[in-house]
Amino acid sequence: MAKKQNKNITAEEVVAETTAPKTKKKEKLVTPAFDPENMVEEKEFSTLNLGPTHPATHGIFQNVLQMDGEIIHDAVSTIGYIHRAFEKLAERRPFYQITTITDRLNYCSSPINNFGWHMTVEKLIKAEMPKRAEYMRVIIMELSRIADHLICNSVIGVDTGAMTGFLYIFQWREKIYDIFESICGARLTTNIGRIGGFDKDFSPRTWELIRNFIKEYPKGLKEFANLLERNKIFMDRTVNCGPISAELALEYSFTGPNLRAAGVDYDVRVMNPYSSYQDFDFIVPIGTAGDTYDRFMVRQEEMWQSLRIIEQALKNMPDGPTHANIPSFYLPPKEEVYNNMEALIYHFKIVMGESEVPKGEVYHCVEGGNGELGFYLVSDGGRTPYRLHFRRPCFIYYQAYPEMIKGRMLSDAIITMSSMNVIAGELDA
Amino acid sequence: MTKEELLNSVNQKLTEHFHGSLEHSEMLYDFPVFTINKEKIHEVLSFLKNDSDLNFHFLTDLCGFQTEDEKHLGVIYHLHNLPKNLRIRVKTFFPMTHPEIPTATNIWKAANWMERETYDFYGVKFKGHPNLKRILNVDEMDIYPLRKEYPLEDQTRDDKSDKMFGR
Repeated sequence: MAKKQNKNITAEEVVAETTAPKTKKKEKLVTPAFDPENMVEEKEFSTLNLGPTHPATHGIFQNVLQMDGEIIHDAVSTIGYIHRAFEKLAERRPFYQITTITDRLNYCSSPINNFGWHMTVEKLIKAEMPKRAEYMRVIIMELSRIADHLICNSVIGVDTGAMTGFLYIFQWREKIYDIFESICGARLTTNIGRIGGFDKDFSPRTWELIRNFIKEYPKGLKEFANLLERNKIFMDRTVNCGPISAELALEYSFTGPNLRAAGVDYDVRVMNPYSSYQDFDFIVPIGTAGDTYDRFMVRQEEMWQSLRIIEQALKNMPDGPTHANIPSFYLPPKEEVYNNMEALIYHFKIVMGESEVPKGEVYHCVEGGNGELGFYLVSDGGRTPYRLHFRRPCFIYYQAYPEMIKGRMLSDAIITMSSMNVIAGELDA
Repeated sequence: MTKEELLNSVNQKLTEHFHGSLEHSEMLYDFPVFTINKEKIHEVLSFLKNDSDLNFHFLTDLCGFQTEDEKHLGVIYHLHNLPKNLRIRVKTFFPMTHPEIPTATNIWKAANWMERETYDFYGVKFKGHPNLKRILNVDEMDIYPLRKEYPLEDQTRDDKSDKMFGR
């Protein structure tokens, strides 16, 4: 304002300035003639940051994508956002306290992780497990496998736009969690059982819940299967989406349903039976193409097989104790602690983490919800493990993800990830 | 094939093909374990993978290790032959002053992140690795946290003042 007043610009001058022809002549734009024969292809890539917190990735995953329009040209995964130093923590904890760490690996099926860890320690101390405890473990593990697969499969539905299956099927997961709750008091991070078996037999209420579940669940699963399995829209969306060949899957050390969907019948339950899995009759379903649809279908069939295993376990449930006879690891009953000197000493030693563990190193693996979950445990005879390494299936197969989504659409990348069942807690340890 | 037969046959093959590189072999619980000299580890691993008899084509696990004297680091491989369902463990150790070892990424693609994790936690430098960066910890970290020289904070220590923050 001040400047204007000083200059005393009149209205005429302003008009003259704006209308006067500019001294700089505007260069005429020369567009080259369109010549399809000698076209120089110039691609311009844009960068898209998918994650770390993105509603479609179900967890904390970051992928920096180099996009050519809607096609992914290249991808870089960054992981470690919820790294909690489990392996370091485990080196300071007594053996029985590590169970709570394993809860937080694959939190969709924590009982499998708990039992995997218990079995690793039992292998180290060479404990003889009674059949009943093993069968009870099998029931719980198969229930949690169903819960894990349910989440994964219904989430594939959500990512393809089918919310219904997700909403309907979640009540069955709640019922499984009710069973866990009646056994150990917790639903998600269960900390179920203990080294050497179970703290007590299942209550009559638990048995009833399990029986009711296997009676009613087929109806729910059938309903879910009807919604998606032969759904034209769902099939168009998932068939040939994010496929991986069996060779590449083996090269990338895939395990679990993802490997089986590619056509390799590797199942730890069959190859290295643990916890009496050799007593059960079940089929290992395999796919052919290793794409999202095959992964979905393999999980669907595995749920049916899990039901069969639970039925057999219920039918052939042996009688007997629910824990191994290892007094220096298994907490004695409370009334004995109060009335018996020996039991009091064991109780004290176990709670203080002073149980005598032999030296040695073991590797034990179980078929987790998404692959071979392994525990490599080195003990130097101290109160804590000298070294504990978790073989986390997600961590190993998630590195193939960039290769699986290259040259595909962005929306395919989303359902490829959800069908791989990558759990952030397990990925980042 | 029993585990003992496996131990003997791998032992025999390795001594045959790599004179003196097989330092030690034993049976630990249900795993045959072979300790290999670090100079030959790459050749031994690719031999184990490509030999038509042994055919350990599946890398189950790869992790780091520190010996109890805190002078040596190690890398531990768990290999699996899926068709015959045979598993072995291969170990190699090297001094902490010179933690270098050839990469296995050109044998198994799966070794990529597992080696990065080992580098992240133990500082093992894998020669020839395409992208040897930290993977789970932040890039700015300047220690290798799983080494025993970095203990977790001891809850019984009394040299920290509770005045300001309390516990």
